[in-house]
Amino acid sequence: MARRGLLDIESLTRENIDSILTRSKDFQPPADRPFQRFDILRNRTIVNLFFEASTRTRTSFEIAARRLGAEVISITAAGSSVSKGESLVDTLNTLGAMRPDCIVMRHSASGAPHFLSRYLPIPFVNAGDGTHEHPTQALLDARTILDRRGSLEGLRVAIIGDIAHSRVARSNIFLLSKFGVQVVLCGPPSLLPREIGRIAPGLELTSDMEQAIRGVDVIMMLRVQLERQHEAAFPANEYFQFYGLRPEHVELAKPDVIVMHPGPINRGREISSEVADSQRSAILNQVGNGIAVRMAVLERVLAT
Amino acid sequence: MSRLVVKGGRIIDPAQHIDRVADLAIEDGTIREIAENIESSGSEVFDARGLVVAPGFIDMHVHLREPGFEHAETIETGSRAAAAGGFTSICCMPNTQPVNDNATVTSYIVDRARRFARVNVFPIGAITRNSAGEELAAFASMKQAGIVAISDDGKPVMNARVVRRAMEFAFGLDLPLIEHCEDLHLSAGGDMHEGLTSTRLGLRGIPRCSEDVMVARDIILAEVTGARYHVAHLSSANSVELVADAKRRGLRVTAEATPHHFALADGDMPPYDSNYKMKPPLRESRDVAAITRGLCDGTIDAIATDHAPHAGAEKMREFERCPFGILGFETAIGLALERLFHTDAANLTQIIRLFTQGPAQIVLPDRGTLLAGASADVTIFGTEHEWTYDVNQSSSKSRNTPFHGHRFRGGPVATIVGGEIVWRLDR
Repeated sequence: MARRGLLDIESLTRENIDSILTRSKDFQPPADRPFQRFDILRNRTIVNLFFEASTRTRTSFEIAARRLGAEVISITAAGSSVSKGESLVDTLNTLGAMRPDCIVMRHSASGAPHFLSRYLPIPFVNAGDGTHEHPTQALLDARTILDRRGSLEGLRVAIIGDIAHSRVARSNIFLLSKFGVQVVLCGPPSLLPREIGRIAPGLELTSDMEQAIRGVDVIMMLRVQLERQHEAAFPANEYFQFYGLRPEHVELAKPDVIVMHPGPINRGREISSEVADSQRSAILNQVGNGIAVRMAVLERVLAT
Repeated sequence: MSRLVVKGGRIIDPAQHIDRVADLAIEDGTIREIAENIESSGSEVFDARGLVVAPGFIDMHVHLREPGFEHAETIETGSRAAAAGGFTSICCMPNTQPVNDNATVTSYIVDRARRFARVNVFPIGAITRNSAGEELAAFASMKQAGIVAISDDGKPVMNARVVRRAMEFAFGLDLPLIEHCEDLHLSAGGDMHEGLTSTRLGLRGIPRCSEDVMVARDIILAEVTGARYHVAHLSSANSVELVADAKRRGLRVTAEATPHHFALADGDMPPYDSNYKMKPPLRESRDVAAITRGLCDGTIDAIATDHAPHAGAEKMREFERCPFGILGFETAIGLALERLFHTDAANLTQIIRLFTQGPAQIVLPDRGTLLAGASADVTIFGTEHEWTYDVNQSSSKSRNTPFHGHRFRGGPVATIVGGEIVWRLDR
């Protein structure tokens, strides 16, 4: 992490990622006992700055910071000076002058944390930037797979849905391909740009759901991002019929397939309730691992 | 009588098929003669030994931001930057505030230029009122007031019927129609070229086809109307082909390309650096190669900078919120030498033609040559001296350039407008 923060998965090495994933195991609570508290980040101040609505990611970062002993201040865009017309740089300069140790930021513009980190000396942790990356989501997804499989090498993972607009897809593509995972990307052609097949080595593209799922170890469903589509990229009422995950699809995968979804899930749109609530679903494990992985990230960024 | 003799330079004038070492005499603002050993006693002398002496360079596509956006540039500051880039005549686009869509605004620009400009300034009038793409602007009275072409640059005219009527009207006035080719439905909110880099960075794409379909549409309309049609800032390889085909068919179609479109590709952008954000966007290396070929084989008639200053704060925002456009004047000759001359893609005559005779034939038929009697606009440049571009020393009010700190081999040395040296390199 050359710039100290965590801006994206693409610029991390396999070793960087390995050390976060390994460390996050230490922060996973044993099943039969409550969470342990740490004082690794005592006297540190972390600002959670969310310019986009988020419940799970913001809460997850907040809990992660508290469990490490840090103080956290969470700011959402509605209550900030941005709504009074202040520019992003000015807002961040103001916050920066209050000397927080780290800013966790979610923003609707791709590259917003990259842009800011050129002007501000504070480390940034990217909690999702536009349609670019969501690095901690990919880390927690990897942690969740590792909890059930032991190794990523050689696995086959299908990522299904609105690939074009998904920052979760990009971060997972970069992470999984660094570990020798065979990644299959699947979605309607208008949400599956051909160029995405070239952003990392060894990607397969298909618009056929059954072909994508056959024999895979992991199915990652993406949320349909209606708010990021600036046009009618597909007929919405046909989406579930062709790209919604139903029990008969899961039968095509490996018997112990892991079904994942970054949430929030749209039941009946991209995933059926039967699948979301089935034994195969790791959706709630993902949520739990989110805290452990974010603790490892914050420790890495802040502990000196 | 004022007299200036430019001595010992290599004089290249593509319009007269001249390429020889000689002296150039200027008297009272006009070219007097090109000859060996011109008597210079009693005259001002410019020693041009080792340098190239060319007709004054013309930039047919610039934004001076006055009236309306004087915080970003003015006719005075923009024209000083033009002089420092070796340009003697510049044509300013009408997307000011108010838009140059009537003779009053045209006259205002002409008057301000007369008082404050360092180089010759020629306004381009709007195609439609307020460049809204609907009603035609007042071409005829603007022409009387001094416009040399019409364009809604920055805002493509989406309605084909309006373009057809504009071409018919422009044909009668012998004004070229310059189109910013971008189908707005296809480019829909895009921020950079649609390709691998935009996909990787999660930025919305501006596809090549958004340019290509409009170039194709306009060529068809130019054929229907017989009008002179000029494609602004070509960026797509396919569009270069469309223009080449139109020329083969004998249509009155011309085109320009910017230095950044033959010098940079989308992958050259440091992540989310808004100094690489412009329209049309930087495309892929195959497009860069096609633009370069088009410049060398005559498909593209002119190099134009699309100098587009934006004040610092406007470019210091999230990438998707930054305005489009970069500075162009001061790096144009350096980039042309770097990418066309030092690579042996083109010789000096070809390059000079792209800056002089080429654009002159489209917008300024009396300029772009050192013919005796012509206005004494002269560009003097070197091909070998090394220098580094420091945008903080620029005469422009703005700083938005991807070439800050770029090391150049060769560049402008002196700029003469109407017989007067308006800029010379300190060294």
